[in-house]
Amino acid sequence: MAYAAGVDVGSTQTKAVIIDEGKTIVARSLTMTGANVIRAAEQAYAEALAAGDLREEEVEYIVGTGYGRYKVTFGNTQVTEISCHGRGAVHMFPGSRTVVDMGGQDTKAIRVSPTGEIVDFCMNDKCAAGTGRFLGAASSALDIPIDDLGPTALRGEKAVKISTTCTVFAESEVLSWLGKGKKIEDILLGVHQSIAGRSTGLLRRVGIEDEVTFTGGVAKNVAMIEALNQSLGLTVNVSEESHYMGALGAALFALDHILASRAPARHEA
Amino acid sequence: MAETTVDGIVGRGNKDGARLFREWFAGLTQAAEEGRGGAYVFVMGSLVELLRTFDLPIVFPEINSLQTAVRRVAHEYLNEAEDYGYSPDICGYVKADVATQLRGGELPMGRIPKPAIAVYTNACNTYIKWAEIWERMYHAPTFTLDVPGTRGEGGQTWPGDPDFENDRRYVQAQLQELIPVLEQVSGLTFDIDRLRESMKQANAMTRAWKRVLELNQSRPSVFNALSDGTIFLGVANGFRGSLEGARYFEDLVEEMEYKSANSIGTLTDERYRLIFVGVPCYPIFRRFSELFTELGGNFVSSTYLRFASGGTSLGFEYDLDRPIESLAEGVLISVRDAMDNMFFQTEILLEMIDTYRVDGIVYHPIKSCRTVSTGLADNRRALMARRDIPSLFIESDMMDRRVVSEAQLKNRIDAFFEGLAARRQQAAIRDT
Repeated sequence: MAYAAGVDVGSTQTKAVIIDEGKTIVARSLTMTGANVIRAAEQAYAEALAAGDLREEEVEYIVGTGYGRYKVTFGNTQVTEISCHGRGAVHMFPGSRTVVDMGGQDTKAIRVSPTGEIVDFCMNDKCAAGTGRFLGAASSALDIPIDDLGPTALRGEKAVKISTTCTVFAESEVLSWLGKGKKIEDILLGVHQSIAGRSTGLLRRVGIEDEVTFTGGVAKNVAMIEALNQSLGLTVNVSEESHYMGALGAALFALDHILASRAPARHEA
Repeated sequence: MAETTVDGIVGRGNKDGARLFREWFAGLTQAAEEGRGGAYVFVMGSLVELLRTFDLPIVFPEINSLQTAVRRVAHEYLNEAEDYGYSPDICGYVKADVATQLRGGELPMGRIPKPAIAVYTNACNTYIKWAEIWERMYHAPTFTLDVPGTRGEGGQTWPGDPDFENDRRYVQAQLQELIPVLEQVSGLTFDIDRLRESMKQANAMTRAWKRVLELNQSRPSVFNALSDGTIFLGVANGFRGSLEGARYFEDLVEEMEYKSANSIGTLTDERYRLIFVGVPCYPIFRRFSELFTELGGNFVSSTYLRFASGGTSLGFEYDLDRPIESLAEGVLISVRDAMDNMFFQTEILLEMIDTYRVDGIVYHPIKSCRTVSTGLADNRRALMARRDIPSLFIESDMMDRRVVSEAQLKNRIDAFFEGLAARRQQAAIRDT
């Protein structure tokens, strides 16, 4: 049995996924990226190997992805996270035609073909409004752990209108609403709706085609799923592995390479 | 006929273009030192054919400004203009020029003379406000040539059409008003035979320019519309109406025909043929191009080669028997075409896709030129609705390195090429 690996070095977290020839995930790991990107990639991969009780030589091919993909020094090649998220999403939900990937510093809207190739994509440019960073700013302003933001927001009843213009100003905007006596739940509901609205704008630029699959770290946030559903007027697909979708896509590309290298050479007549 | 060798001909256009640029700036520096004023003009409707006959040194502030970015000193000029009071949101070309004026015309390439007159069209809204700066600084006369634009997509009218003739008369009347102003500024009497000669050289350049553009339909393509094309554009603007300019382009045709006949591509391995839409990213000019060429992509055509050449790519040639009337016709046709390449791109791009057998389109809106950037996203959507062709939308700037992020550009460009490769692979599977 051969194994293939994908290592997704994101701006905030680094993820590694190892799959077998049947495209089943056999191991995964997650670590904070931090300042030493090479070490984060090595650590995530080592932890995935350990989790799968695998030896390095059992993994035939490794693809690096994410902003730090060129820092996956032990990898065989690199593929952008845009292609990887598209591929991973179609693998998990074969009906996916549109993918929204919400990460720490960027949000991507990706339109994919039935086979997972990128048809079109669009990303936020030079501004982190509408990304996970926006939630980080709210978490910091309200002193609420990131993981509790979603459940708290779902308790909101009357969303406060939050500006979508700037993540840096989000913190002061949240504090100003607190000062005006607004409930934390309503403020957070407004924050989630604001991000969802921004992401919907990106999705419209590539064209929204059902099914829509939501990937990336923020897809773990229940309030964000709800806000996206409302904003888009449909129900987005969310996988338990949404956080690992980029690494999974990278591992699938790695497996393609392994299988292609085994295929008998075609001879021209 | 002497045999032409690869050593002698390939690369000649770029080499000669650089030499002509040096000579042009040497001439401008000399004019500045002698205290002679220049004719300040812009790339969309420069009227250089006419201005040349009054012996006015030709100054293209847009070209001067972009040169500061290519030479990686634009930030010094931009900061100086911003310190002087100009907003970061204002056109980078304007700000670099303001700083140039504040420095007494000093540029990395030489020194430019002060404006004796500014002549410009309404093809870009900024042109008019820009010229007002010189008016305030130097009390230089300004002349706005109001060129009626195309009324609707695909709606350009042609000589003989009543609407065209009305518009032509309107432009011609303005040209007739301009001539006495130029006589006053230059101290020379208008010489219609000199104009004929200048228009004759412009005709030769136009014929050659059109042919050069056509030759990039060759596979592999014979030049890069972004990197090589910008050199050609510089000569096309600065030397229009001159013998040197006409000769340069005739030589360039020879070079490109040689390359085409011998399958000498600008890339050794051309995998994807692309169209560039917008204005180049001059702060990282070479690197920007490499981000595509390293992955086997070459820009075979661009809207820039059309709108920044003043629309001469249509190949309109002046009738030398009726120079003023024909000059008005040419200005009307070429300035409209320049504007259409910014605002009504869809039909033009659809034609380019077919004639150049293109694999993808790269849209490059820039922060500091809203004229060419506003509406690009909608233009892209309109094109996508008409044609199934991959496209990339990346944003940076033509001047300001503060808003150019190579990492973000590379990520998107890499993903675009992954999509191109996957698409080709799927097509191959379908074909087997």
